[in-house]
Amino acid sequence: MNTAARADYRRYLRLDMMPHILCPGCGHGIVLQAMLRAIWRLGLPQDQVAVVGGIGCSSRMVGYVDFCTLHTTHGRALPFATGLKLARPELTVLAIVGDGDGLAIGGNHLIHAARRNIDVTCLLLNNAIYGMTGGQVAPTTPTEMVSATTPGGALEPSFDSCKLLEAAGASFVARGLSSAPIDLEALIVQGIQHQGFSFLEVLSDCPTYYGRYNRLGEGPEMLQAQRRHVDWVAAPLADKAFVPGFADTAAVADVALQYGVLHRETRPELSEQVHRLIAASVGEGPT
Amino acid sequence: MTATLLQGNQACVRGAIDAGCRFFAGYPITPSSEIMEGMATMLPRVGGVFIQMEDEMASLAAVMGASLAGRKGMTATSGPGFSLMQEHIGYGAFAEIPCVIVDVMRGGPSTGLPTSPSQGDVMQARWGTHGDHPIIVLAPASVAEVYELTVRAFNLSERYRTPVILLYDEVIGHVRERAELPSLESLGVVERPQPNCPTEAYRPYGDGAQRVAPLADFGSGYRYHVTGLAHDERGYPTQDPRVIARLHERLHAKLQDGRAEIVSYEGEELDDAEVVIVAYGVSARAARRAVSEARRQGLRAGLFRPRTLWPFPDAEVNVLARSARALVVAEMNMGQIVYEVERCARGQAPVFGCLRADGQPLTPDEILARLVEVRAGEAEVSR
Repeated sequence: MNTAARADYRRYLRLDMMPHILCPGCGHGIVLQAMLRAIWRLGLPQDQVAVVGGIGCSSRMVGYVDFCTLHTTHGRALPFATGLKLARPELTVLAIVGDGDGLAIGGNHLIHAARRNIDVTCLLLNNAIYGMTGGQVAPTTPTEMVSATTPGGALEPSFDSCKLLEAAGASFVARGLSSAPIDLEALIVQGIQHQGFSFLEVLSDCPTYYGRYNRLGEGPEMLQAQRRHVDWVAAPLADKAFVPGFADTAAVADVALQYGVLHRETRPELSEQVHRLIAASVGEGPT
Repeated sequence: MTATLLQGNQACVRGAIDAGCRFFAGYPITPSSEIMEGMATMLPRVGGVFIQMEDEMASLAAVMGASLAGRKGMTATSGPGFSLMQEHIGYGAFAEIPCVIVDVMRGGPSTGLPTSPSQGDVMQARWGTHGDHPIIVLAPASVAEVYELTVRAFNLSERYRTPVILLYDEVIGHVRERAELPSLESLGVVERPQPNCPTEAYRPYGDGAQRVAPLADFGSGYRYHVTGLAHDERGYPTQDPRVIARLHERLHAKLQDGRAEIVSYEGEELDDAEVVIVAYGVSARAARRAVSEARRQGLRAGLFRPRTLWPFPDAEVNVLARSARALVVAEMNMGQIVYEVERCARGQAPVFGCLRADGQPLTPDEILARLVEVRAGEAEVSR
């Protein structure tokens, strides 16, 4: 465990892949830096870290980090990560997925990874919209919010991914904020340390589409709004619903979202169970 | 050689284990499930990992994740599941991740005929995924050949860093017959070469020996990027037209250059054949019987049986079209390989189909009747 105040995260960047594709004001870079600081804090051997992404703005970030990196297909980061972890359990496997990536096209894989309790740390970056394809509605877009495909406001309700993942069996569930990067780093450290499927929903922001369509301001305004509407678990709940980047004047329900560690339990982890079964079976029966 | 009573799908399990397969992920589907069940039993005994996934997309994804970690991996499915796997077949071809996909063909399209044979996935195996991509597809016609070609599928997959599809019909998958399995020594087992250059010099998509760079295991000390985006030699995404053109040329050239090793076929009674049947899988067995019956009746028939469907043995079929009076393609679909044969024949001989797509295998009598019709000049071209 590295304890110095200043984390040396730049050593993990593939500077030869810059410039990156993210827009000015996007919160994803803050999340990436928090993840790299967490890896540095834990002192993980660089060769033994694998980072897997799906498709979307958040998933593209796996290319920018100098580990074994796997940029896969839309929604399918977790099954790739599952195969990787089962094949080589000594690897630390992280997955970075988006909200549409993880909860729409990849929703089935997400709940099954949670059910299996495979030791993968999954960061789901929620900016409430499909950014890479131009701002279409996502399963995380709150009702009434405008997107390219809900010009009159979204009709459907959105997922609370943390509740979904706890119900599906994730043994570590946390929510972090791109506007609270020091807390986020601590949450990612705990997520990686946890033996089992660790799910972190990280609220990010998309000023380019979500912010612009809904007149929520630029990146800084959207991040400030996050802080006003989301409470740390330990604090009393504010009387406001979380809407990523929602303005102060917006209509609110009576429950606020919380961030921090929302659920933690100890239960058998899949790769350990599989390899225990293999150890007990090798040489048994006709082959 | 050892003789044993074996089912086709069981022979596939045995071939995979012998070829060094140490990871299997799959999803239940008729008529391929015996392969998954066999792997679930056999893999732990040899130190391998088995997992049943939530669907076929996840199955092939898990196999490729495991393959990047250095384990030879396989999945098995049938029509509907094979359709779901198409995106990842393209991913594997482009990102050059070795893996083996077994498709035990049943009647289609859609849910079709789950327990009946067909040969309807031949073109899907070649072109099912979007975009240009090279692919290897092997088609066994007996239980012993399922074993042999399963081993071969792994070997070619490792040698050329590509997904290899083992394609056979429900009859070949479910038939139990006496099988003389070739010795593993005679087949050989190809192990994946690892890079030995300094880590900073490693180019996972460089132009290596046989146009294939060695694939480093994740966790072995070489850190690199794998993506389904168009990429340069380092695996970094690129939009540079020259780099992308080079990548596509290399991917196609690697299988083109390897044709002599990859393309495999068998000929029977071809030397003096006036009518040549082209058939694969279980249809080739009916065709073989039809050839001997035709010869008994004085019709000089021969059989050309591709064991590799893709890349297609074009040059060999072209040569046959030069000497034969006619070609007859016997297959259990509404016409797929028949058009490929027509292309290769280049008008040198007429090409006729002997087609059946009702869930029943072609019979020797049907094929014989077609041969007689063709020789009498009563058949319609390509039908």
